[in-house]
Amino acid sequence: MINASHRPKSLWELFLSFTLLGLQGFGGVLTVVQRELVDKRQWLSLATFAEEWALAQTLPGPNVVNLSVMLGNRFFGPWGSVVAASGLLLAPGLLMLLVVYVFQSLSSFAFVQHALHGMGVTAAGMVVAAGCRFFPLLRRHVLGWPMAFALAGLSAFLAAVWHWPLLQVISSVGLLSCVACGWRLYQGSPA
Amino acid sequence: MTAYEWLDLLSHFAMLSVLAVGGALSIVPEMHRYLVNEHFLMSETLFSQSLTLSQIAPGPNILLVAVMGWNIGTQHAASIAQGVPVVLVGLFTAGLLLLCTVIPSSLLTFTMSTWLQKHQHALGVRAFKTGMLPLVTGLMLSTGWLLESASNPIMDWRLMVMCGISTLLVLFTRIHLLWLMLVGALAAGVFGL
Repeated sequence: MINASHRPKSLWELFLSFTLLGLQGFGGVLTVVQRELVDKRQWLSLATFAEEWALAQTLPGPNVVNLSVMLGNRFFGPWGSVVAASGLLLAPGLLMLLVVYVFQSLSSFAFVQHALHGMGVTAAGMVVAAGCRFFPLLRRHVLGWPMAFALAGLSAFLAAVWHWPLLQVISSVGLLSCVACGWRLYQGSPA
Repeated sequence: MTAYEWLDLLSHFAMLSVLAVGGALSIVPEMHRYLVNEHFLMSETLFSQSLTLSQIAPGPNILLVAVMGWNIGTQHAASIAQGVPVVLVGLFTAGLLLLCTVIPSSLLTFTMSTWLQKHQHALGVRAFKTGMLPLVTGLMLSTGWLLESASNPIMDWRLMVMCGISTLLVLFTRIHLLWLMLVGALAAGVFGL
């Protein structure tokens, strides 16, 4: 249900809009998506956007791509999905490869090498911060905060130190955690 | 690279696509395990370089897979297509790997999102969402750790401090990430870290 008054007029407009979204998104496209699609173009109401975003995050896969698939489908059906996702990935993808190409051509310079180290640890800090954003949610987790943080620590340890394949981490820690949560939620819900 | 190795690579990334709970950053440790530790398709340095560069250019995080595809393609260009310019081979392998990683999850989203919207309050769905949260947090933290140690193999304390400062600035200020990257690059470049 689109209660916002506007919608993309053509597949081309959809493609261009998502290309612009992709090109503006530094370290996370979420804020850009909200500003562009909800505030500026008014294709979606804020409430609908929040719902769709929650859904895109629940499903596996890159979140913003999932969102583009859902929004594209909302306006133009399957072709809308294809077009929106392509818009998001094509131009930013080419730009990214250009950046990589330029850096690799310059990588014999010591300054560039050092600068890459600096950017690497800075980016690492950003990723750690992105992980820390979940801490408030873990603190009021249904399993209790000690268990939630222990599970987070365990999966970090298994992935980074023991080099467990992701499939194993998900099918052991992930499955256990989901079952435990299901049980707690079941107990907590009024019978 | 043999045809079998390619098939294994592409099918592995297609599988990762549907395992990427919480988004692209969750599957970075697994990509590292597969590409660097197990199949020796790229060096530690090249992996961290790809990951870093994918953070400074705009676009969704999943584009990192295109950078990986580019690096694999340009490194093994001779065994893929002889006589074709390396750049074209790189573009092709980048697109191929990206498509393999994006299509399965997109199909899942396309077919499941309506159903999920209807059943978002069902017990199973809520259990999945809350249950995966600790795992996603852990995977993100290990991605950060991986990137830090790969960019800083000699454990220089100054780079470690920079990483910590970056974390705090992102968490507690609204500073634009590009400025942060620029300062990080200049500081490490000027001081030769």
